[in-house]
Amino acid sequence: MNRVNSWVTYLQVAPLSLVFLLFLVVPIVTIVVVSFFDYSTTQIIPAFLLQNYEELLLSPVTWQTYLQTLQFAVITWVLTLLIGFVIAYYLAFYVRSPTWQTVLFLVCTIPFWTSNIIRMISWIPFLGRNGLMNSALLQLGLIHEPLEFLLFSNFAVVLAYVHLYTLFMVVPIFNSMVRIDRSLLEAARDGGASGWQTLWNVILPLCKPGIAIGSIFVVTIVMGDFVTVRLMSGGQTASVGLMMMNAMSLLQYPAAAANAVVLLILVLLTVAVMMRLVDIRKEL
Amino acid sequence: MATKPDIELVHLTKRYGNTVAVDAIHLKIPAGSYCCLLGPSGCGKTTTLRMIAGHEEVSEGDIILGAENITGLPPAARGTAMMFQSYALFPHLDCTDNVAFSLKMRAIDKETRRARAVEMLKRVHMDAYAGRLPAQLSGGQQQRVALARALITDPQVLLLDEPLSALDPFLRIRMREELKSLQTRLGISFIHVTHSQDEAMALADLVVVMNGGRIEQAAPPREVFNRPASAFVARFIGGHNVLPAAVARAPVMPGAGEGPFVAIRADRMSVQAGTSGGAGVTSLQGVTRSVEYLGSTVQVGVDVVGLETLSATLPEARFDASPVRPGEPVILSWKPEDVHVLGR
Repeated sequence: MNRVNSWVTYLQVAPLSLVFLLFLVVPIVTIVVVSFFDYSTTQIIPAFLLQNYEELLLSPVTWQTYLQTLQFAVITWVLTLLIGFVIAYYLAFYVRSPTWQTVLFLVCTIPFWTSNIIRMISWIPFLGRNGLMNSALLQLGLIHEPLEFLLFSNFAVVLAYVHLYTLFMVVPIFNSMVRIDRSLLEAARDGGASGWQTLWNVILPLCKPGIAIGSIFVVTIVMGDFVTVRLMSGGQTASVGLMMMNAMSLLQYPAAAANAVVLLILVLLTVAVMMRLVDIRKEL
Repeated sequence: MATKPDIELVHLTKRYGNTVAVDAIHLKIPAGSYCCLLGPSGCGKTTTLRMIAGHEEVSEGDIILGAENITGLPPAARGTAMMFQSYALFPHLDCTDNVAFSLKMRAIDKETRRARAVEMLKRVHMDAYAGRLPAQLSGGQQQRVALARALITDPQVLLLDEPLSALDPFLRIRMREELKSLQTRLGISFIHVTHSQDEAMALADLVVVMNGGRIEQAAPPREVFNRPASAFVARFIGGHNVLPAAVARAPVMPGAGEGPFVAIRADRMSVQAGTSGGAGVTSLQGVTRSVEYLGSTVQVGVDVVGLETLSATLPEARFDASPVRPGEPVILSWKPEDVHVLGR
């Protein structure tokens, strides 16, 4: 009887395992294998070489690009965390009626109804040299020359990231916050905690799992991104994703694969550190 | 020793929009007493407690603690501490840090506050669990930690919101004893909200029966039980039969509240099989509805035409001397001196 049961169990997990195998394990294994291949300008040659990794890790450009990407990730993480926390806090604690909570929450998701690219491109007429922002500031007399850093700059890249990904912070943090028993806040007040003290000593620690989940979303997305960097920096800034894109456009698939493996390891380490700090299983 | 303050509620009112949750109540709770606010859900007892704690704004009226009007003060400045219904322990902090929370808020250094917290945990016999998280504790243990957390601020009044309702019946009785002995030891006032009349009877020096936002009766438990002020009180605390005065043929007292109802304690009733009453006692003809054996007593429910089901609680021996069975016609009788005329 136990035998039959175990077969049934295997059958039950089979579909999901197959999906994972086909769409996660096989591609990753392929990338890892290809990363050791040799290549020439016209073809990819199966081999087992460490040359791709050597070239990658010994080049100062790689390190600069990784640093640049990490910098984007950190700045974006800090900003989305701050903004996301405030929005989630407002939704969870200031908006009393559940109906309004749902309505405002949906309002937050409205930008997601259009594609990422469109949302990025729509910044261009706003931030451009003769864009809305510059003309408004000029007409107000606040500046005398158009601000150059607004578009096609690191500023623009971070702005787009924050705009695109803050919601990924809002959702999990909001989810953590609405689970906080309101009597805990009263208990804190009863114990003499001020609003800030309650925030710091009660709400923030209880939101940690949500913050961790949101951070994983934002950091992994930003680390792997290339579209935003290319569009918003006007090709002036590099990112790891862009590096890979360039390698691939030159048909240097093994080099791109090696880069992908390094990036994957880096991202997994980051996620591992976050999981170490916060037990997110409570939230799932 | 400093004199402990009395608590006085003056014309205390709470409105939510058009509904009145607490309707201009007056109450004086003497210092060092155990006071139970008793009533069905929605009677305003919890709202009253929360107003005393400072977690609910007062619509009208005042709360006086000793010589001070604390109506507008924040919860922590009142000299009160609250123990929440679900204990509201901080799930991310261990017992010590939970208890030390209010000390941390007052910026007392870590060593001192943790030492004091462990001291307080000792008093509730929880020092062995000091490093555990609330989720790793049983209901009774959580309650003790919550008690320790409330008491660490040296409150003059401890407010307890249905503190025993989350416990199983066995533990409930044990924690009840502990609460009472703790209150006696500390000598401070406890205000305890409950919907269980047993709890109120067992614990309270002062039982405050509330209904519809008003106080029906505020008196020591014996007085509440022996001389319930109203039909509501008599019904709510149980153990009473409430009858229209005319049915009971009660002597209507001149001047005193023209009570249309009387109450007769169930344990003062006699039940006899048969259809004719004895002489010299007031009695009613009815049909036995139920017979419940409760150990030392037997509860007999009797249907009387035109009245709610009446009950008689008989000692086991007395029941056995003349047993009745469900469906049997019986005579329910009582002595005239056991009839208590109700005010309303």
